[in-house]
Amino acid sequence: MPISRDDVLHVARLARLALTEDEVERLTHELADIVEAVGIVAELDLEGVPPTSHPRGLVNVMDDDEPRPPLPLEDVLANAPDHEGNLFRVPAWRQ
Amino acid sequence: MAPVVDTLRLTAEQAAALLERREISPAELREAYFEAIAERDGELHCYLRTTETAEGDGVPIALKDVISTKGVETTAGSRILAGYVPVFDATVAARVKAAGLSLLGKTNTDEFAMGSSTENSAYGPSRNPWDPTRVPGGSGGGSAAAVTAGLAPWALGSDTGGSIKQPSALCGNVGLRPTYGSVSRYGVVAFASSLDQIGPVAKTVRDVALLYSIIAGRDPLDSTTAELPEPVRLPEDDSLAGLRIGVPTELNEAEGIEPGVRDAVRRTLELAEELGAEVGECSLPRSVRYGLPCYYLIAPAEASSNLARYDGIRYGARAEGSSYQEVVERTRDEGFGDEPKRRIMLGTYALSAGYYDAYYGQAQKVRTLIIEEHREALERFDLLACPTSPTVAFPLGERADDPLAMYAADLLTIPSCLAGLPGLSIPCGLSDGLPVGLQLIGPQFGENTLFRAGHALEQALGFDTVPERWR
Amino acid sequence: MSWEPVIGLEIHVQLKTKTKMFCRCPVGFGAGENTQTCPVCLGFPGALPVTNRVAVEWTILLGLALDCTIAERAVFARKNYFYPDLPKGYQISQYDLPLCKDGKMLVPTADGDRVIGIVRAHLEEDAAKTVHVGGSTGRIGGAAWSLVDYNRGGTPLVEIVTAPDLHSPEEAKRFLQLLRQTIVELGISDAEMEKGTLRVDANVSVRPAGSDELRTRTEIKNMNSFTFIARGIEAEVERQIAVWEAGEEVRQETYDFDAATGRLTPRRAKEEADDYRYFPEPDLVPVEPDRRLVERLRAELPELPAARIRRIEGELGLERAIVLVTGGLDRLWQETVEAGADALAAANVVANNLVRAGVDPELVSPKELAKLVGARERIPRVAFDEAIARLGEPGFSADPYLAREAVSDVAALDPLVDAILAAHPEQVAAYRGGKEGLLGFFVGQVMRETDGTANPRVVSDLLREKLAG
Repeated sequence: MPISRDDVLHVARLARLALTEDEVERLTHELADIVEAVGIVAELDLEGVPPTSHPRGLVNVMDDDEPRPPLPLEDVLANAPDHEGNLFRVPAWRQ
Repeated sequence: MAPVVDTLRLTAEQAAALLERREISPAELREAYFEAIAERDGELHCYLRTTETAEGDGVPIALKDVISTKGVETTAGSRILAGYVPVFDATVAARVKAAGLSLLGKTNTDEFAMGSSTENSAYGPSRNPWDPTRVPGGSGGGSAAAVTAGLAPWALGSDTGGSIKQPSALCGNVGLRPTYGSVSRYGVVAFASSLDQIGPVAKTVRDVALLYSIIAGRDPLDSTTAELPEPVRLPEDDSLAGLRIGVPTELNEAEGIEPGVRDAVRRTLELAEELGAEVGECSLPRSVRYGLPCYYLIAPAEASSNLARYDGIRYGARAEGSSYQEVVERTRDEGFGDEPKRRIMLGTYALSAGYYDAYYGQAQKVRTLIIEEHREALERFDLLACPTSPTVAFPLGERADDPLAMYAADLLTIPSCLAGLPGLSIPCGLSDGLPVGLQLIGPQFGENTLFRAGHALEQALGFDTVPERWR
Repeated sequence: MSWEPVIGLEIHVQLKTKTKMFCRCPVGFGAGENTQTCPVCLGFPGALPVTNRVAVEWTILLGLALDCTIAERAVFARKNYFYPDLPKGYQISQYDLPLCKDGKMLVPTADGDRVIGIVRAHLEEDAAKTVHVGGSTGRIGGAAWSLVDYNRGGTPLVEIVTAPDLHSPEEAKRFLQLLRQTIVELGISDAEMEKGTLRVDANVSVRPAGSDELRTRTEIKNMNSFTFIARGIEAEVERQIAVWEAGEEVRQETYDFDAATGRLTPRRAKEEADDYRYFPEPDLVPVEPDRRLVERLRAELPELPAARIRRIEGELGLERAIVLVTGGLDRLWQETVEAGADALAAANVVANNLVRAGVDPELVSPKELAKLVGARERIPRVAFDEAIARLGEPGFSADPYLAREAVSDVAALDPLVDAILAAHPEQVAAYRGGKEGLLGFFVGQVMRETDGTANPRVVSDLLREKLAG
């Protein structure tokens, strides 16, 4: 299935990337090539093959419900591009 | 008066012995590396930043810039993390510090470890110490080149599809990608969670084994880690008697393997037989044809999600905008380079409604097949062997505009990464004056066997890790 | 044509574990902003989640109480979307392999038990809290900002999804009361809507009564009490019926319920259709609940509210039984009856007087309460009310109150009653004209004049006699 310009725009919106016109143009071609190359996985009949989301079969790795000290507030905010008091600040969601 | 140390030749083991015998002070040892950095890093650009002061009176170490270091800027080679100074140490950083190792600096990497040449670093490429017109490999080209150039005795890298092994091969040193889950990923800027592993780069197999013993083992902060089933053994044996080495036909005869690379590997396998190993052919029928496609669906899919946290709210660079959406979209467009964008787009597409089953879902099933066929081969053999990289170091710029050609650099390292298996690359000769890497692949937690084989071959090969131009 | 509402609920319950779902930051209200956070719940680069074992066990416990199948293998998945309150750009939730599915809850009704299907109950992490400041409301339209506090981010949340098996707002409310009581009794959450530890969204559609079609549904959010949920659903049902009857189509939309006005306001359509790109969370490994653990938890389940309602309704009637059980009062009632109190009288005192006085039933001695129930007609009302109010105090004894006698002497009350009637000729006329409900008014006047010491029954009898005359 070839990748269209609309696909690229749709995916860019999902991924929250404000692509420039040039980038849209270039990615449309590049993604089409890459998707064609990786699309050969479709050749294999994998009916009944279980998917692997993890290379090792670990299960039930859990931690006890015992609190550990949180970060000091100055560390929490140390890298914040913007904050107001102890709160991170960002322009509001556009309705 | 301290002895003059030749950092080009000094191994970490030797450095530790000098310190132990008090023949050199920790400060003098660090100074020797900083002198080497001053002399050669202008050309090579291995370091993104050095740390003039650091705790620890042990052997110094360099860390790839994807590893969080408390109080030391960590950018993962990306503009989007410019100025980001972690407030906590990655577990591996904490473990090397606890072992007394002192931090020399943070090494260059392709942005978010996405690449095979370091040309995708937002801060400019590193260069190959053997030939500075060529790439050092990637993504961990900074760590690999630093070790070869004597700018660090050893270093840590991260490997998702070959980012430790391939640069080690191209720079002529030893790199280990450990078994998935044997080394903590906590605090390592994530690329693809089900594939990322941290591992050592050094001049000798023994150094690699020693550094691995420092960083490996279960970490309660990383749910995917496990305790090692047996302690790490520093290899001493020069014999390969009784060892069965499988040579997967497809990984040794794949299209694109340079003749010089094939010859060096074939000669090394003959040497292995002379050392007592049984060498036989085997097959990984789907791993080469489908490994790369499988990887380039799974890794970008996970990456698209892992890179979603870079929104300019809590850390990192932020672009201005009048709404949340505008801030996030512009921050990401300005902050990410071409390769992360390409992979975010590809991964988002592979996961999106209507395509999941055909791409991501199918790739997860292919992964099952690849795991299975490695398991079958490793039932007959103790190790598998093939070239690490199909080619020697390629010239800067050669593949920079051709993503698919760049992706092919990891053709031979990717299958075992998908299977979660450990892989060791050792230098096994030169082709056109450039190093060739031999890749040894073991079963899960088979690191000790890799060390044993790697060490015996290293001794027999006598490869000189110092680039010819500096001998 | 008559219409039948079709209602499904989506319920979020915040667990009261000591720590968060995927990090060990303490969970708690009232801490300073962003002081209960760490690299994990702030989404710092490289931070990784680690599952809270207690949250998993509690979700299994809830699943068992809801008669669910507990998964052999449950998998956490990433739900990918961008929002200021979501630090990683994804929420760790469960998708195709939830911990609990295919359950049911019984809602006792006069016509037998209604069976409400539970589609699934899964575990996820809560979002952070954002506060909106500034904005375009003023004429100048200053910059609008979101301020983010990540303290709540990462708190364990169980999402329960019911089948569309509820058919009236009242039934939905009743189901929720029972569910809430079940959760509270399991000790896994405070489940308080006002605090946001219990949140409910409703999916509503209507269909011609008797048909089994499923028409377009809408979602209602932001209803923060059971009463508002019933009202919100009611309003939406009426709106949809009006739409269909006008020959138009109900559109799939999401509405916010405004409790102040009782109005539903549609949310603006999103710029992009939801595509959460779920995939298995690679930083976590699957949960495969040990069957022995599941059986142990099953054995620990207390008798559930619905079963208790059925058990006590014979003595009390269904409505009283429901009030006692969903109010968490039935155990005290039971023990008070066992201590010798009359069942109905005890039920009324527990459900009315005790609740009105705000007494914690856990602190009440059933024996002392039984004494008060027995004496409530005999002792002065003030004495009774005072005793009820103090029931929760340590070492409370009813005896001093039992010694206080109400004035039951007709001769003593007679002149007072005459005086009251004489003072309210209009009410007397109205009563005699048929407004017998005014009796309570006259009783109240007498009680006030006697400072609550008169025996209300004697007063009523006397009043009735005189008013009839």
